[in-house]
Amino acid sequence: MTTTTLPGKRFSQFFRSLNIPPVYYFLIVIFLGSGILDVIYSDGQIFSNQAIRLNILVRSVALGIVAVGQTLVIISGSIDLSVAYMISITSVMSSYIMQGQTENIFLAIVVVFAIGALVGLVNGLIITKLHVNPFIATLGVGLILKGIINATFSNYTGSVPRSFEFFGYERLGPIPVSVIILFLVVLGGWFLLSRTKFGSHLYGVGGNVEVARLCGLRTDRVVIGAHILCSMTAVLTGLFIVSRLRAGAPWVGPDGVYDLESIATVVIGGTLLSGGKGGVWGTLAGVIIFSILSTAFNQLGVNPYLTLVLRGAIVILAVASYTYRSKNMVA
Amino acid sequence: MTTTTISTESGFSKILRNVWTALTKVPPVYPIFIVLFILVTFLSPTYSSMNGIMAFLRRTAPLAILAVGQMMVLSSGGFDLSQGSVVTMVCLGSSLLLNNDPANAYPAIGIMMAIGIGVGLVNGLVTSYLKVPSFIVTLGMMLLVKGLALYWVGGAPKGYFTDNWRMWGRGYIENVPIFDRFPIGLILLIVVGGIAWYIFHRANFGKQVLAIGDNVKAAKFSGVKVNFVRVSAFVISSFLAVIGGIMTGGYGGVNVTIGEGMELQAIAGCVVGGVLLGGGKGSVPNVIFGAYTLEILFTVLNLLGLPKPYRDVIQGLIIIATVAYVALSTRRKR
Repeated sequence: MTTTTLPGKRFSQFFRSLNIPPVYYFLIVIFLGSGILDVIYSDGQIFSNQAIRLNILVRSVALGIVAVGQTLVIISGSIDLSVAYMISITSVMSSYIMQGQTENIFLAIVVVFAIGALVGLVNGLIITKLHVNPFIATLGVGLILKGIINATFSNYTGSVPRSFEFFGYERLGPIPVSVIILFLVVLGGWFLLSRTKFGSHLYGVGGNVEVARLCGLRTDRVVIGAHILCSMTAVLTGLFIVSRLRAGAPWVGPDGVYDLESIATVVIGGTLLSGGKGGVWGTLAGVIIFSILSTAFNQLGVNPYLTLVLRGAIVILAVASYTYRSKNMVA
Repeated sequence: MTTTTISTESGFSKILRNVWTALTKVPPVYPIFIVLFILVTFLSPTYSSMNGIMAFLRRTAPLAILAVGQMMVLSSGGFDLSQGSVVTMVCLGSSLLLNNDPANAYPAIGIMMAIGIGVGLVNGLVTSYLKVPSFIVTLGMMLLVKGLALYWVGGAPKGYFTDNWRMWGRGYIENVPIFDRFPIGLILLIVVGGIAWYIFHRANFGKQVLAIGDNVKAAKFSGVKVNFVRVSAFVISSFLAVIGGIMTGGYGGVNVTIGEGMELQAIAGCVVGGVLLGGGKGSVPNVIFGAYTLEILFTVLNLLGLPKPYRDVIQGLIIIATVAYVALSTRRKR
């Protein structure tokens, strides 16, 4: 029994080190459930049409990338509610700078990532140096970004050159580029969390800041780093959205409810909202669950306003399914 | 030791000292409000007439009522981000229920209040019993309530508001001595503020809310029914959002985005009024003046030529700066 071959053992060790969370069983249930509903009430394309199943993954890209950043922030015991407006600012700024010219792509990407790093830095500094509750700090920063966007842009701005659309539409063989990028981001998040010192520090700070500080960690730097990475992922999501839409619009972030849904998917994925425990693979499952549901709503022809109601209810119930057993009182 | 030094002081300096200590205890909202108000009368002559002042008081009354409701939740340690959607729902739902017939006004208001209480109950019960942090519950309810309202009316407001419905937000009582015209909305604010002041500052409820906001465990061990008080705070918040919604709709007319962002304005008003985010501190009159101070600040900035979208920037800065100031000064004391 114990005489497993060395590569097999290696593989099972590697498999275990991935820490695949139980949410994946839930993912399968949701997929089968919505597929069966689709067969009964609609044309059953979720099961029969390969393109729709692939589209579920493409739908996951926007939310998935930013949710990886949100996972890092939540593991470090913080939270980021400014991502929705960060996505909006990226989408309008990059499109405004590109103006349909291929030679401007590089400049646009550099500028939006610089803005992202700056916003993340500001978030982190307000939380760690001014000791503002992360929820309030990032809500306030989000409000400031919202005001700046609405004062500057009011409609579709600029445009994206054809060559930039590869991010949103191109395929490498059968797999869309965007899905590969999502997978790379998730893989990067997993590597950061489980294979680097910074990752261990994130868990330490999220578990107990005071203990981490007494162990000699520069806890402030860890939290600031997490926020910078989170804003960067929001920028990447914004770039993906702008390459899909072909022009930047100031409402893409708040309309996609990326702030609330990224937090919800992180919690569904099994990461503790209070920090210190969790991982990116669960978050990925949470994101795919959300896009299966929205595909199913689409297939079943649910009224768009009713979809809004269901999204709100699903977020609350999904988080509740993790928190209701806890003994702690929350506010 | 200190008593002897004080008794040797002359009577006049003693009075001066007493006046000074009384002045330092005045919450900062009031001097800021007065300074901004004087500034605004210099910038625009409208605000130095009684009519202009009354119009300003009428315009801000709904926000002040929302802020009072928000304060109940904030000082218990939670957040209510669903208020803005409740305002939207009240306006959209009423436009449908009124059906352009004035006789339907009061039944419509009654139904809206019932729905508001329902929203508050869901917020409170999910937070207390399912232990979902209130900002997630109320953000979720923000989507849910807005979606439900839009689904209910089919995406666009139906009809217009009848005059007896709009009265609460934009009506005046004519020929009042001194004031000339007295806004009905302001009377509503005074009544709501009075009741809220009683239950928050004179009844047990307020002390229990503050105790929960300060330390949940200590409050529970000293016999506070934590869940009951918390659910009540959310119900009050949503109920006052309904009243504020009726006034906002009455003042501004029917509109799909009417309530958007009002929850954050109410939170900013509370912060200006000295409410501690995270719980444990709050006061009804200060919060009402906090809402008025916020609005008058925006009036000043508007008169100075700042574009409207920058309101959000200023609001964000106020929230962060105030919370940071409180956090840093309490740390220094420790």
